[in-house]
Amino acid sequence: MAGLPEHLLRRSAEAKAKATGRSVDEILAEMKGETPPAPATAAPTGESGSARDLTKEAADLGVPQDLLRRAMIARAKADGTPLPTEAGAAPAAAAAVAPVAAGSPAPMPAIPEGVRTQRLLTVVKAGSIQQTKREPADKVNTWPHLLAIEFVALLVLSGLLFVFSIYVDAPLLEFANFNQQPNPSKAPWYFLGLQELLSYFDPMVAGIIIPGYGLAALAFIPYLDRNPSVRPSDRKLAIMIFTFFVMGAAILTTYGSFFRGPGFNFTFPWVDGIWFDF
Amino acid sequence: MSGKDKGGVMSKLAETGKHIRSSQAWSSIFRPGSPFRDGYSDTPRNRSYVIMNNVLYHLHPVKVKRHGVRLSYTLCLGGMSFFLFILLTITGIFLMFYYRPTSPQAFLDIQALATDITFGQVVRNMHRWGAHAMVLTVFLHMARVFYHGAYKPPREFNWVVGIMLLLLTLLLSFTGYLLPWDQLAVWAVTVGSNMGRYAPVIGEQVSFALIGGTQITPDTLLRWYVLHVLFLPFIIVIFMAVHFWRVRKDGGISGPL
Ligand code: HEM
Repeated sequence: MAGLPEHLLRRSAEAKAKATGRSVDEILAEMKGETPPAPATAAPTGESGSARDLTKEAADLGVPQDLLRRAMIARAKADGTPLPTEAGAAPAAAAAVAPVAAGSPAPMPAIPEGVRTQRLLTVVKAGSIQQTKREPADKVNTWPHLLAIEFVALLVLSGLLFVFSIYVDAPLLEFANFNQQPNPSKAPWYFLGLQELLSYFDPMVAGIIIPGYGLAALAFIPYLDRNPSVRPSDRKLAIMIFTFFVMGAAILTTYGSFFRGPGFNFTFPWVDGIWFDF
Repeated sequence: MSGKDKGGVMSKLAETGKHIRSSQAWSSIFRPGSPFRDGYSDTPRNRSYVIMNNVLYHLHPVKVKRHGVRLSYTLCLGGMSFFLFILLTITGIFLMFYYRPTSPQAFLDIQALATDITFGQVVRNMHRWGAHAMVLTVFLHMARVFYHGAYKPPREFNWVVGIMLLLLTLLLSFTGYLLPWDQLAVWAVTVGSNMGRYAPVIGEQVSFALIGGTQITPDTLLRWYVLHVLFLPFIIVIFMAVHFWRVRKDGGISGPL
């Protein structure tokens, strides 16, 4: 179980401890492989050298013992090697093993009516056929953990918007008149940064080159920034550049919105009032 | 005691409820695992079924990373952009019942919302403030994605899709801005669209096609109305579908940092 995050192991150990009544530390140590699992301490005796303990293996794998034995015999035959001895197979366990070894039929357990049995054709040991790269991650069920949050967010958002809309009316000025340009004339607020630029540079630069290249640069960020790390401390330059441009846009937008009055000249909003509408 | 009578009513109600919930019609609507279904119990299996056996499965996986549901990670900004889009669609449809994109009728219809139509003004307000809020949440969502480095492989392309969504959001807002057909609308749009005219080679042509001439006229109103209520929502929904799909295919939400 190596590679599992510590807190996941601990959580699982705590659950197991609660279920079995043993101590958390004991189970944790066992999970990490620092101590052998508890049942194993009571495992059959008589293990020796190269001998395979089929009883234990069968219990570990959850596979019937006689299948394991059959696989063992088959492998030995294929390799041309002598059969490995079985721990405890010779004298004492003979009774249990004898039926298969001697070829006499084992008493079949009674199969209830209507139950299908399956034969296990092969045993695939741990280490799956498909190599999945997914790392164990700490996950929660979308329901209720995420859906509940989303639902509350939806309610709060709708509520706020509704209450705000009861008290604050959307602007509606006089009927459109193409012969009477208001002074100042301002674009919607999200373009006011650009309009502000337009008062410094010529339209080609402020209206096309800066927003055009800006947008292209924005779209290409993932292909320009080749630094694989997502840790803020590793990306100081990227964060600085982005923050610089975001702050620049925010300042220009604020400036164009609040500090520009008639003739798009500089004003203080607290002196001459606010010259723009949402 | 009056409690007894109440108890009788309550148990009747409970019985009726149980009867409805165990009916064939009810269980044909709520698939196995639905919390509304008869005999629902809060088991891990059912928690999975709530998503898996539900149209929500198109949007959400059964499980999400623990840190991803923390409000402090996404600040719900992408989700809020989407909710706002839904709210804008609902309020927008309401407004469409009362709005004719001709001059001077457009202006008169907006005026009438405040005086002649029940909830007209508050729905208009919600549509307008919701639109401004959406521009803001989309922008902030972009910033949060940047600061998390969530555009790094394998999410590069979803960032580009996001930029398209940002552009489409701005275009939706901008086309909607003209529709009240008042002084604010026509002059803001005049100033805004004059900026685009200087684009090399295609500037004049694009501007001509969008405005339907060399300056804003009632033809522009009809054109922008169609863009605003039909064309742009259609496109943005497609991009959102790709966006959400890619969030999942790129391995869910990024991080933790
Ligand atoms: C209409 C506009 C948009 C909507 C409705 C939207 C919606 C969402 C949602 C619901 C998520 C899931 C996580 C979250 O809530 O933060 C998400 C993730 C993401 N969005 Fe957006 N988004 C929009 C615009 C943008 C923009 C403008 C960008 C960037 C330029 C962007 C880039 C991304 C990226 C890269 C992810 C994956 C983030 C991660 O894995 O942490 N999206 N979006």
